[in-house]
Amino acid sequence: MLDQLTYASEAALNGLMAGVMYSLVALGFVLIYKSSGVFNYAQGVMALFAALTLVGIQKGQVPFAHLINAVTGGHLETFGWQVPAVLAILLTIVVMIGMAIVIETLVLKHLVNQAPIILFMATIGLAYFLEGFGDVMWGADIKTLDVGLPQGINETIESVTDTWFGYGFFIDNLDIVAAIVSVALVTALTLFSQYSKQGRALRAVADDHQAALSVGISLRFIWVLVWSIAGFVALVAGIMWGSKSGVQFSLSMIALKALPVLMLGGFTSIPGAIVGGLIIGMGEKLFEFFVGPLIGGATENWFAYVLALFFLVFRPQGLFGERIIERV
Amino acid sequence: MKDTGAGITTAEGGSVGPVLMELRNITLRFGGVVAIKDISFDIREGEIRAIIGPNGAGKSSMLNVISGFYVPTEGEVWFRGEKRGPMKPYQVARLGIARTFQNIALFDGMSVLDNIMTGRLTLMHSGLLSQAMWWGKAAAEEDEHREKVEKIIDFLEIQNIRKTPVGRLPYGLKKRVELARALAAEPKILLLDEPMAGMNVEEKEDMCRFILDVNDEFGTTTVLIEHDMGVVMDLSDRVVVMDYGRKIGDGPPDEVRNNQDVIDAYLGVAHA
Repeated sequence: MLDQLTYASEAALNGLMAGVMYSLVALGFVLIYKSSGVFNYAQGVMALFAALTLVGIQKGQVPFAHLINAVTGGHLETFGWQVPAVLAILLTIVVMIGMAIVIETLVLKHLVNQAPIILFMATIGLAYFLEGFGDVMWGADIKTLDVGLPQGINETIESVTDTWFGYGFFIDNLDIVAAIVSVALVTALTLFSQYSKQGRALRAVADDHQAALSVGISLRFIWVLVWSIAGFVALVAGIMWGSKSGVQFSLSMIALKALPVLMLGGFTSIPGAIVGGLIIGMGEKLFEFFVGPLIGGATENWFAYVLALFFLVFRPQGLFGERIIERV
Repeated sequence: MKDTGAGITTAEGGSVGPVLMELRNITLRFGGVVAIKDISFDIREGEIRAIIGPNGAGKSSMLNVISGFYVPTEGEVWFRGEKRGPMKPYQVARLGIARTFQNIALFDGMSVLDNIMTGRLTLMHSGLLSQAMWWGKAAAEEDEHREKVEKIIDFLEIQNIRKTPVGRLPYGLKKRVELARALAAEPKILLLDEPMAGMNVEEKEDMCRFILDVNDEFGTTTVLIEHDMGVVMDLSDRVVVMDYGRKIGDGPPDEVRNNQDVIDAYLGVAHA
């Protein structure tokens, strides 16, 4: 029985760590949703694109190599240099900001004062475009991403739990880093949105475009800012997921896992994204551990969605979302 | 009345300053519809200038032209002796022209205090990075702005709702918060689009008092649109009367009241 409990706590702990990863993606969604009222379907693809760009820059890949080779008949692959991780990350941030500006100019600018559903549709288009664009730019092969984050089993935790329970827990160092990074990110973003001039402007724009204009807020600037931040969050998520499981196009599918997280936590709450991610991560592992064997396993694939369904029925605004009140 | 230098004396005996804004031959068309037809008038420093007229006369359109939400098809807007080029609404706001809306445009999800603080965005100067990092200057600046905002909150007597999300407030208070937000910008010109629409008598009296007090205390130049004739006559120094997009009267309330065109168009013929 004690063994059971020990294994269960290990599963729970691992679940929490996995949950942090979900939260990171969900965070990107919440951020854009809160500040522009747009549900950005492309957030997952942005994480993929950011990770691809980071690997590409780091390894000195020639962008659009296939395209160039096909036209010129050459055999370009790389520039033959390696870019240090920190510099590569900075350059990727620049690329993501550039992307924010392009998105604003080509898409959002023309959709001012449109219904949210229109903007949502636009982000679906954006997701498909970006996926294809990432493919053409950097190639479709699976890449390994290594920016020097610690990986593998954390020996301190293993030895400590070994002396306590007589069984060493397996916790990945990368998961611990991800947890720390998420906490830092959330703290910074919360402070920024609550207490800074731009944060206030951001919330204002999400609330009412006209009123925002009348107090001197430039919508274009705020949108570029929001999408840049979303790009940055996508990059962080991309780095974490990429380091864990390689940069591949299935990475954009992690966005799907973010949806149940959002339904649980509420679309408008940054803490909700975090808590939602943790609950789903942990719930998934525990459910698999306790109930899985009874019903033939593989519950992790669907558990999150079923949980989200329950929430949709009984508490549609999520745990932390704003109550939906219509005044009549 | 083409003097732009010295002040003039109004019929009420109050004196107003030199010309602050001049609208020259403004025409505004939407497709085939002419919302404003060749209208010119000026706004003088420190006055309360009313724009009145029946429904659909083009009053709100006029206000939208001043605040940059509409770009006039023809005509020029002169502000502080300079011709204003085509501008976005947020750029106009940064010139110091604050406004309220007929249908209230507040940030429902934010508290009253935060709403009013947004009014000061144009006056905040610390950069993005220091804001993000919460370095000393930004914090000090925030405090300073908070102080000014608290004064306005006291002035408009909304202390007890400072932390309430605006979405929960009743209509009359929302209007007052909107006025507070506009005032927070320390505007050169304050534009009020039907500040008393939909209010009961008591709320109207309060709002009247606030508008007059603001004008007295801060010397704020105010342009307001209002339906209620009585209110307009009591409040304003000078009145522009519009009908079907044209200007049919311009002058002190008493003069306008006795103008036959105005009586016909606005009050209806043989009303008394």
